[in-house]
Amino acid sequence: MSGGHTGATHKAPSYLADAWRIARKDLLIEFRTRSAFLAATVFAVLAVVIFRFTWDPTAIPAMDLAPGVLWVIFTFSGLLGLNRSFGLELAERAYDGLLASQVSREAIFTGKVIANFVFVMCVQALALPAVALFFDLSVGPSWGIIVGIVLLASLGLSAVGTLFAAIASNTRLAELLLPMMTLPFFVPLVIPAAQATAVVLRGQPIAEGMAWLKVLLAFDLVFVSACIVVFPFTIEE
Amino acid sequence: MSSVSSAAPRPATLPEPKGFDAFLAIAIVAVIAACARALFFTPIDAMLGAAQKIFYVHVPAAIIGLYFACGLLFISSIMYLWIKDERLDRLAESSAEVGLVFMGIVLVTGPVWARTSWGTWWVWEARITSTLFLWLLVVGYLVLRSGVESIEVRARLSAVMGTLAALLVPFIHLTVKLFRGMHPEPVVLAPEKPKMPPEMLMSFGLSMAAFLLLFFALLRLRFRWATLRDARAAMEAA
Repeated sequence: MSGGHTGATHKAPSYLADAWRIARKDLLIEFRTRSAFLAATVFAVLAVVIFRFTWDPTAIPAMDLAPGVLWVIFTFSGLLGLNRSFGLELAERAYDGLLASQVSREAIFTGKVIANFVFVMCVQALALPAVALFFDLSVGPSWGIIVGIVLLASLGLSAVGTLFAAIASNTRLAELLLPMMTLPFFVPLVIPAAQATAVVLRGQPIAEGMAWLKVLLAFDLVFVSACIVVFPFTIEE
Repeated sequence: MSSVSSAAPRPATLPEPKGFDAFLAIAIVAVIAACARALFFTPIDAMLGAAQKIFYVHVPAAIIGLYFACGLLFISSIMYLWIKDERLDRLAESSAEVGLVFMGIVLVTGPVWARTSWGTWWVWEARITSTLFLWLLVVGYLVLRSGVESIEVRARLSAVMGTLAALLVPFIHLTVKLFRGMHPEPVVLAPEKPKMPPEMLMSFGLSMAAFLLLFFALLRLRFRWATLRDARAAMEAA
């Protein structure tokens, strides 16, 4: 094991500070190039438009279709950013430098998750209004709950997606492999999120969607901790 | 650092692979015999008709593929991360691949049965949908394995995925169970006494045993093949 693995001796403030430094670096690179963000946003808008033109409003009410559309777009646009997450680091062997530094592996992972989380949220900030606009949805006063659902689902998606991006970057088939591995893992995120969104959009009381929110919360708790625990195994050399 | 894998003794020459495997031959004969008994010497179900015969293949394949094979995959993946023995990695790989075959049988025989008893090929029900997702998960696991050259890296990465999958399966099942339900509850493993007539139960028990034999024969063969492959890779690298 390399000398940089000092996770146990790190104090909490420095752990978070390290994670934040990694996240800031990734976000700064993304902000300067904007390549992945543009790709994900254009993809999201195109997908909404295609769904809108293949949808027959007289046959299916918008309320029934929109949650599914929203979460399909959410999942796939999220994937576009994840591929890049460790691809950035592998160019010019920057990853080796990162591993040799004093930053603990858990902090590297947390930083990457934060960066991906912010990325996914930014894409969502554009995709959500686009879906609402094109499907003529009136979200009304319950938009706060939808933002809450998006936050919960984005956290789980970023944690699991970042871990698998790290795994996939070690293989020959990175871009192909990532969706194959991650999509089954997103099932317990996408179905509850879409169901809870549907409850909100139909104007039902949120208590009816409580079971779905609990699944999302449980997923986040279990998988964020599990991913932090197993991440060091993906980079051991 | 995996000290076990690098310190493990390497054979100077590779053992010769055998062309005929007696264990597998016995298992195949047993499966054929069990199918013959189920087809010709077991009464036809009064409610479900002849299609119910699929039960004798579908249910053993489901129990073995979903519980035995996936259970082995999960346990050996978690154990690998802990003790780093490369035999555990080969066990995980073998159970995933053999399990995939059994789950494939479940997914093919299921719709045939559903068509005759429910009038539709596929329903999005918890048990069925979970099986499909598990099948996809195992396919992803095997594709991941095929994407890595180094034995040590492959073992480590796939063990990470296998461990996470163990955590994921209950979530998938819960999610799709909340979604909707139609599949019959288990008949044989019901908490009270089995609801099947003794003749049918006997046929079921025999086919369960035969498929279990087949599972272990295939697992053993696949494990051996993986051992040979890794030994060869190690010899070539040396």
